[in-house]
Amino acid sequence: MNTAVTNSAEVQKEDSMLLQKAMISANYDALSTAHEEGRKISSTFVPGNLNELLMCFDLVRNLPEINALQAGMRKKSGGYIMEAERSGHSEDVCTYVKSDLGMMAKGQVGPNGKPLPTPDVLLLSYTGCFTFMKWFELVRDEYDCETAMLHVPYQADGEITDNMRDFVVMQLKEHVIPTLERVSGVKFDIDRLREYLRESAKAEENLVWVLQSAKNRPSPIDAYFGGVYYCGPIFTAFRGSKQTTEYYEALRTEVEERLEQGLGPVTPEGVLDEERIRLVVEGPPNWTHFRDFWKMFYDEGVVVVASSYTKVGGVYDFGFRHDPDHPLESLADYCLGCYTNHSLPSRVNMLCNYMDEYEADGFLVNSIKSCNSFSAGQLLMLREIEERTGKPAGFIETDLVDPRYFSPANVKNRLESYFQMIEQKKAHGDAKTAA
Amino acid sequence: MKTFIGIDLGSTTTKAIVLDSDASVLGRGITNSRSNYGIAADVAKQEAFLDARFFLFGKLLQDLPTLDGYLDEFLSRFEQDFRLEQYLDQLAELERACLDSATDDRLAKDGAETRALLADVFRQLDHEAPKLYAQGSSRKSDFFRDIAGSQYSRAAESVTQDSRISFEAMLNIYDRSIIEVENHISNSADEAKFLSALDRTCKQSPRFAGLLDELRQLVRRVLAYELEESYVVGTGYGRATLPFSKEHIRSEILCHGLGAHIMHPKTSTVLDIGGQDTKAIQVDSDGIVESFQMNDRCAAGCGRYLGYIADEMNLGLHELGPMAMQATRKVRINSTCTVFAGAELRDRLSMGEKREDIVSGLHRAIILRAMSILSRSGGIRDQFTFTGGVAKNEAAVAVLKELATENYGELTMNVNPDSIYTGALGAATFAQRAVVH
Repeated sequence: MNTAVTNSAEVQKEDSMLLQKAMISANYDALSTAHEEGRKISSTFVPGNLNELLMCFDLVRNLPEINALQAGMRKKSGGYIMEAERSGHSEDVCTYVKSDLGMMAKGQVGPNGKPLPTPDVLLLSYTGCFTFMKWFELVRDEYDCETAMLHVPYQADGEITDNMRDFVVMQLKEHVIPTLERVSGVKFDIDRLREYLRESAKAEENLVWVLQSAKNRPSPIDAYFGGVYYCGPIFTAFRGSKQTTEYYEALRTEVEERLEQGLGPVTPEGVLDEERIRLVVEGPPNWTHFRDFWKMFYDEGVVVVASSYTKVGGVYDFGFRHDPDHPLESLADYCLGCYTNHSLPSRVNMLCNYMDEYEADGFLVNSIKSCNSFSAGQLLMLREIEERTGKPAGFIETDLVDPRYFSPANVKNRLESYFQMIEQKKAHGDAKTAA
Repeated sequence: MKTFIGIDLGSTTTKAIVLDSDASVLGRGITNSRSNYGIAADVAKQEAFLDARFFLFGKLLQDLPTLDGYLDEFLSRFEQDFRLEQYLDQLAELERACLDSATDDRLAKDGAETRALLADVFRQLDHEAPKLYAQGSSRKSDFFRDIAGSQYSRAAESVTQDSRISFEAMLNIYDRSIIEVENHISNSADEAKFLSALDRTCKQSPRFAGLLDELRQLVRRVLAYELEESYVVGTGYGRATLPFSKEHIRSEILCHGLGAHIMHPKTSTVLDIGGQDTKAIQVDSDGIVESFQMNDRCAAGCGRYLGYIADEMNLGLHELGPMAMQATRKVRINSTCTVFAGAELRDRLSMGEKREDIVSGLHRAIILRAMSILSRSGGIRDQFTFTGGVAKNEAAVAVLKELATENYGELTMNVNPDSIYTGALGAATFAQRAVVH
């Protein structure tokens, strides 16, 4: 039952989404033909992704989580996961990992339907997810390729110290850069890095503006379901490129226009007409039923105004920007500042800040069944945020890319109950105030 | 009279409550959810309105001096007789459906013989019916499907003993026909059934025989009351299938929270264990939900689990609790997986464990799972109200009380005799508030 959205016969997409689609598609094409064209390929993960540095070595960037996510959205991950389970990976293993391993076992065909060549180097920038390390160990074992590991210290006390930064910079200089030079055959040029970082900072400025536009009422964006598209280029193979700067300029213009016209977010079924509930969401969305999941929100007039997932590839909204004048130091700060590298209290502070700044009505956790690193502690966070903000909190469980872990009736039932609980509390609070 | 209706479509049973403008309960109705939620909702509502008529009739009778001291006895007999009339009416419908079924192509060659056997079976069922509804009798279930099914099965077994027609063929006919009968709402006039029941009650008891004419008039008066359906709210697992607009649908979390608050106004924490979900709900002093947790993708440890166990043991669901209360030793069972329930049970039996000890262990296992959901929702606060079908099970209540006290200290635990109607009561209250407030 759709009440909050102006229905549109065709799936609605913003221009920026189409632009992004073209960028992703071009990158997959580049990956498919990289070796034929004499280019080398790097694999790396989203959090702590050193894209500008990789570009300095002309490496084509492959992101295994994005491949898994794409496989999820294209309904292929289920088969890949079964394949990985057949080769001995248990039901509880991260489904991104299993999707990737299953894809490799099934002939390594990328989301574009073309072969995805084996990487020449694995760059693991460790920013809080232990599974990433195990994942690359398995991949390295399979491909017998070079690995560069960057140890990023955990922000246990909620701040970045000089020692931490120096430690990361030292590793970049002594290990990561020399390895990338050796694999690529390209000499490192710090001015080239500065140029990319300059572009990154411009894009980051616009991304932050877009995400913060959700402070308006109605919010012109959905900072979770739309947000995952908005942070796409900056989180993946594109940060630092001129194309990305242009993407974020276009995106900002689009959102500015919507804001001027007082319009709500664009959903797949059209513009959301009535913003009834504003939420802050913790945890990634489910990818196998992404659109069904989103529909459960927009049908009820629910807009996500801030989310932590759009910060896993970099936290920019508290002032950090890549700095061409301190290139390696700012790469270190970027890695140290990723959401996944924050302690539980810092994450709680950040989310409480969002609840307040974005005037949210509630806080929702989408806990990932197969994610052992980040599901731990989420109920504690929920209780703490509920207590500190006095706003109702909700909890649902789905998965990243295992379709067996998404039970639509159950999720919908809980969400509906949660949304009605928020509205009931709001109405009750209003009635009490009026009395 | 304006009335407000709440319907709770559970996975096992569908419940309805009718309230008046002052939010007082006029009637309650319950039916099995069958495969058709729409019909189940209609039947439960119809039952709740019937119950409301009985309630109103009882109120009228309070002013009848001749019934002084015998009112409760009369009402109880009258209602039993009404249920008997209802049962006979449905039996007639079932017989028609079975006969139709016996004439279809596959059975045509043995049609005459099958029809003769069916006639025997239904003669027997009609004959046995009054005993089922006699004063002091107890039935394993109040649902037509269960009562008629068990009677039919026994009768069919006996009539097929010396027949070419197999018992299985007879059961097949029943299975096909009962669905048809269940999914058809009886159109026969309530007045006729009320009056027949009244005749029956008065004829059987000399004390009431002389009141027949007066009572007939009062029945007609009560049936003539217009009970206007002012507002309906649906809730429960099947709510999305109701042909209601969005304003008329409420989540069962909100309805159980409010329903528990209405039943026990000092409620802070509610635990509801239904057929396929377990809910822990925290409410404020006005019954407004503050937070909740539910079981996730899996229905392990819900009411259906006990249903499977009962089936495996060839017992009625209501017999499990008393059996568990007979346990003399604690058997520890960890798995609450509904699918594995049968295997777990057989395994324990093969190890020489006693049935009552195993059943007690199974109760403890589901309550332990509920305790985990409760703690996720923020724990148990005083007062604690237990609702849902499982709250009718004394063994489940006893274990819950023990574990709640052990983990959260002394507290008041409310278990309402009408707890199965909690969600429907919450829904009906929402309906009443939507209009009256």
